[in-house]
Amino acid sequence: MVDLSVRVGGLTLANPIMPGSGTFADTMAQVIDFNRLGALVTKTITPDVRHGNPQPRVTEVAGAMLSSIGIPSKGPEYYLEEVVPFYASYRPPLVASISAGTADAFGVLAARISVPGIAAIEANISCPNLEENGRAFAMFPEDTEAVIRRIKAATHLPVWAKLTPNVGDISVIARAAEAGGADALVVANALLGMAIDVESFRPRLGNLMGGLTGPAVKPVILRMVYQCARAVGLPVIGCGGVSDVNDAVEYMLAGATAVQVGTVNFIHPARMIEIIEALPGFLRRHGLARAADLTGAVRGTEASDPLWAAVG
Amino acid sequence: MKMVDHLVDDKGETRMLRELAAPALPLQAATGEVVFNRPVNDRYRHLALAAAPSALAALPGQFFQLLCPGQGEGSHILRRPMSVYRVSRADARVEFLYKVRGAGTVGLASLEPGGRLDIFGPLGRGFRLEREWPHIVLLARGVGLATLAPLAEAAVAQGTSVSAILSAERPELIMSADYLREVGAEVTIVTDSDGSSAPERVEELMRGLVLGRGTAMLATCGSNRLLALVQRLGREFGIVAQVALEEHMACGIGMCYCCVRPFKAGDLVEIRRVCHDGPVFDAQEVMSW
Repeated sequence: MVDLSVRVGGLTLANPIMPGSGTFADTMAQVIDFNRLGALVTKTITPDVRHGNPQPRVTEVAGAMLSSIGIPSKGPEYYLEEVVPFYASYRPPLVASISAGTADAFGVLAARISVPGIAAIEANISCPNLEENGRAFAMFPEDTEAVIRRIKAATHLPVWAKLTPNVGDISVIARAAEAGGADALVVANALLGMAIDVESFRPRLGNLMGGLTGPAVKPVILRMVYQCARAVGLPVIGCGGVSDVNDAVEYMLAGATAVQVGTVNFIHPARMIEIIEALPGFLRRHGLARAADLTGAVRGTEASDPLWAAVG
Repeated sequence: MKMVDHLVDDKGETRMLRELAAPALPLQAATGEVVFNRPVNDRYRHLALAAAPSALAALPGQFFQLLCPGQGEGSHILRRPMSVYRVSRADARVEFLYKVRGAGTVGLASLEPGGRLDIFGPLGRGFRLEREWPHIVLLARGVGLATLAPLAEAAVAQGTSVSAILSAERPELIMSADYLREVGAEVTIVTDSDGSSAPERVEELMRGLVLGRGTAMLATCGSNRLLALVQRLGREFGIVAQVALEEHMACGIGMCYCCVRPFKAGDLVEIRRVCHDGPVFDAQEVMSW
């Protein structure tokens, strides 16, 4: 028997696999048994009702999807009245993803949804900070620390800070989130990208730019998970292009305690369950008793090849 | 099916985490085997799959998400939504009519008999079809026909008479007239090449079909012009008007919000997901095709 359970930011999960925010919804209950997931992560809600971005919202590029959805949100009332009760019948912890335009608004929303039935808050701080010329909170350490501190003051729930990969040195942001009191980091949101149709000369997304997600982003985000895991004492949840059990394991070896599965849910809606089913076999094959043993177990990152050391 | 999950707790003891009966999950990706995949004309192909029972539950207007050959190569990563052209429960077949126009459909065109295709569905909400409707009129252009054909078959099967107007650039591109006649629909063909597909001519034709027939519903798919006509006549005659929409999709089950469009909801505008709230909508609520 192997132990798949992991501890992440104040919670114990039955296994390390959960959906990435925005790639999962109640409708998936027609396809998979939610009780088998490590956690349930809902689509980001905002304090206001938002319609989101114009069409086209999605296009495909090599190895990835480029999308610009724009966080459509029905607001906190709908979330509390419809979404939270729906998930109440499932055992895995419910993680509510939230976003807002100011640190205060983040705090107010966090307080509003700190109700029984929600186990943790994932703060999507990759959105524009309306008090700082619209720059994303998670692009600047001072904004990151301030917003996480404000959210922590507003809720008793664990707070997971979801960082943006669109930064120079993500370890600086990771340390700022830790200083603000985050209980875990989710690394990372989508890479900012763009695509142009060469026949029409027009952008392929209605919003011009969008988030790149899917297999192609994995090496980039994996590197960021590795850097963040070394920079902070917090658990890191890897999120970026996980398509199968090997990808999930790779993130854990890089330092992730748990893994979010995103874009592949759109293509293979039962894939999270397939990954969970494949994990025990992987662990047994490597003589490991616990999934948690994978976290940070990458080897040989310090040692240099003596031949190349000699060459200099 | 019983599922038992075990886990080793902190003291090294194995305990049972949960034991539960797996709930019935109605939706799954299933593999279909290609029976045939042949050209209909120089633009369209007709694909028939021997499919799993779950797929045979597809209703007119519903769609599948196809994992087309070539997925995972180049810039082709997502499934392709495709409406059901025909379901034959007797032969355990699901059929699709498609236009070869991009990476997904080019991949589909490469399938040979005996080949396999992963299909996820049936998905979405199909056409409303009431038993007491005496007569309905279908108005289709191009590949929109593929979506309306199973509606004609289902309507005739329940005793509703069907008139179908098929519109295309030229007569060679008219498809399924024989299939529709075979299932018992009255078929009228209009084309751009002889001018009979002009909006005013089609409107005149529609009015003729509706008069005195107890027509209860108009349905269309495939063009803004036809949508506008169906909306106007539906309002004028006070009858149901439905339209099947297409939109770029990622997930097909309402999770990603890629396929949303604005709809009229009374005096308000409401954002709905084509995959989940449709793809068939009340035409009066649709703002454009």
